[in-house]
Order: sequence, then C-alpha cells, then structure tokens
Amino acid sequence: MRYLSEYRDPKVARALIEKIKSTITQPWTIMEICGGQTHSIIRNGIDQLLPKEIELVHGPGCPVCVTPLEMIDRALAIAEKPNVIFTSFGDMLRVPGSHDDLFTVKSRGADVRMVYSPLESVKIAQENPDKEVVFFAVGFETTAPGNAMAIKHAYDNGITNFSEIVSHVLVPPAMEVILGSPDNRVQGFLAAGHVCTVQGWGEYVPIAEKYNVPIVPTGFEPVDLLEGILCCIEKLEASENGIENKYLRVVQEFGNPAARAVVEDVFNKCDQKWRGIGNIPGSGFAISEKYAAYDATTKFDVGNITAEEPEACISGLVLQGVKKPHECEAFGKECTPMHPLGATMVSSEGACAAYYKYQRREL
Amino acid sequence: MCLAIPGKVLEMYEEAGLNMGKIDYNGTLNTCCLAYVPDVKLGDYVLVHAGFALQTINEEEAQDTFEALQLLADAMEKEEK
Repeated sequence: MRYLSEYRDPKVARALIEKIKSTITQPWTIMEICGGQTHSIIRNGIDQLLPKEIELVHGPGCPVCVTPLEMIDRALAIAEKPNVIFTSFGDMLRVPGSHDDLFTVKSRGADVRMVYSPLESVKIAQENPDKEVVFFAVGFETTAPGNAMAIKHAYDNGITNFSEIVSHVLVPPAMEVILGSPDNRVQGFLAAGHVCTVQGWGEYVPIAEKYNVPIVPTGFEPVDLLEGILCCIEKLEASENGIENKYLRVVQEFGNPAARAVVEDVFNKCDQKWRGIGNIPGSGFAISEKYAAYDATTKFDVGNITAEEPEACISGLVLQGVKKPHECEAFGKECTPMHPLGATMVSSEGACAAYYKYQRREL
Repeated sequence: MCLAIPGKVLEMYEEAGLNMGKIDYNGTLNTCCLAYVPDVKLGDYVLVHAGFALQTINEEEAQDTFEALQLLADAMEKEEK
C-alpha cells in the first residue's frame, strides 16, 4: 500500500538499526508519547532490535486509557436513558466504568451504536428526529477536528437532537507533567505524528527549551519509528535539544490551519482529569459557549456523577514512563485484557495490553 | 486511537454543505470528509482519521525521504560487504 509499505522495508530498517548502533555511546531513555506508536514498537519487535543502551518507555498517549472512570459512568448513565441513541467509536464500548461497560448496557436493551465517524452520529440524529443522539467525544488533538466538525455541522444545519459528551485530552501539558516530575527518567521524545499533523510542532518548542530535551515528531511504521529514534539519539549524543520533524510527508510547522480553526471555534481549553494520573491544568477541551446546547453532560445533567479510581494498579506510573508493565505484581495475573484493573490494560493501545498481547512478560 | 491511514481520492462531492470524498484504501472503498483539505485534488493521497482527511500527503517530501533512506540502506549494505 502506497505511503505505508515502503516504510516497512526490512533492508532500510536494518540499515537504520546499524546506524543507531554505530552512533550510540551511552545509555538513553526515550519516550514515545502515542499508544499507536507503542503498539507498533512492540508488534514489530523494535524494542528488542535496538542496542541495549536505548530504553523505550511508553507514554500516556492512549485516550481510551486515560478517559477518567467518571466519564465512562456518565456515558453509561446517558446511554441507559430511554429515548437516547448512544454512539461511540468501537474502542470505548468495552471500557469498564465503575460497574458496567457500554456493551453490557446494550445487552440490557439500550440503543448503543458504533460509528466510524462522528458525522455518522449527526446523520443518525437527522434520521431519528424523535430521539436524542449522543456521541462520546474522546481523543487527542488528532480526533478533535472531527468531533468539533460534528457539532458545528449540527449547529449549521439546525439539528438540535444531537450532543456530545466530551472527554478530550491534549499532549503538551501531559509532557510537561512528565518532564517536571522528580521521578522523570525521559531524556528525549518521539512526538505523536498524527497529533502534530493537526497541531503542528510549534507548541513543543518552549517545552524542548525549558527542559532541554530533543522532541522528534515521527510516524507509525517501523522505518518511521527507527528514523525518529536515530534522530533523537543523534541529538542526545550531540547534547542538542529542540524539534526535528521526521514525519515530513504529513506534518507541517503549523499543522492543519483549517482543522485548528474549527477546533478553536467549538472547544475551549479546560482542566482535565486523566485516568491513572489525575488532574492536569489546561489539558482538555470543553464545548464553547456558542455551542453550549450541544453539551450532553449539561443536557442530561450527569455532571454530578463522580468516581474514584481503584488503588490496585500502577498504571499512573506506567503512563508517565516511571515503571514498565511487567513490574506490576498484578500484570498478567489479576489484571488481563479481559479483566483490566487499570487504564493501561483497558485499551488495546495501552502499554500493558501491548505487553500482554505480545508476550513481553520476562523483559 | 490516533491511527490514520493514507488513501487515494477517487471522487469528490458535496453533502449537506460539506466537501466529501470517496477514498480508495488499497482496494477498500469508503467515504470521508474533505473539509480540512481545501486544496485537495482528484488522485491525491490523503491521511484519514475517523472519517476526516487531516492532511494531503506531500508527495515530494515522501519521495525525498524514501530516496534518502534507500541511499542509507545501500551505503550500509556496501559497508557490510
């Protein structure tokens, strides 16, 4: 497949690994932010092919993992209401709240539907004028343009039986939490390529300067990841900080201005709770005043539902790169993808789920 | 969740005021919203996430990266011999 298969070329991957080996002189710890990149690294065995001086730690970039328990409980409360069609991306359906998940609620008779695009939910609302259609708007900067456009499109077309329950998260504030922690071990970052496709890389410049780290936006294929790691190692070895974009085919300095404009129109930045980490100031999105009628949390009055995270797991430390999944005593025992105890085992993109699936138990 | 895949724009049309497209993902066809890639043309490749094209793939940059990587691979292969 064009623009994918050429970045899976084993000859190029081998050459990049050799170049990394000949460049590195001392141990370095690099974090890939995005859960999709974590998954690709583990699936392709990249962590096992790199020289032992490089430790890859896995970041908090899995929105399914970091969606707080109380947002799932609020979504479940809305989905169970009569007259509601609850729509969501597939990966949120089996995420457990305090008691149930959306699949269980569906099995009890609720109208829960999986959609590929938030615009499908708006269409369902148009086709069902006597029902309330709610979309579970979860995601990072990559997903925000679509979720914002669904609200704008409903507003522009006078559709009033559509609303979103919003639990968005933003990457740069989370990076600052990681770098500012006294336990931080991260010396360089692979920035999430598709987040940067939307937002560009300008927001990372002050972070790279303040914490003196290299930040390298890169893609998801093995060659993309290895090229990003090589670039990061070259900068670390040369004691250089700053941004170097290695995902040139889709990432531009200012991202996608058309997408950013709609996101800024529909959403305002707000404080946001992250499952396993806690509250991070300015790290989420709330629906702006102009579109307030499209906020499902207010429309269905579920804002008072709160929940406490179980203490049993160490996912907060895994999400910040302080611990690896197999260092948790519950990993693979009480905690499995079928019965997850915490954030990072919940989603297939979570670091614990990736380690479990690809048998990284003794690493 | 941030996974996005490249596909080729086969058709462009308007639906309820939004620019939409029919996209070919290596033989699998689906539609996506093209509102965020206002300069896109038929035959371009776009990066699609959750039903929205987020960027037109820059063919020139892709070609340059590809050539540089091939040169590196050839050089490393020669070194090994």
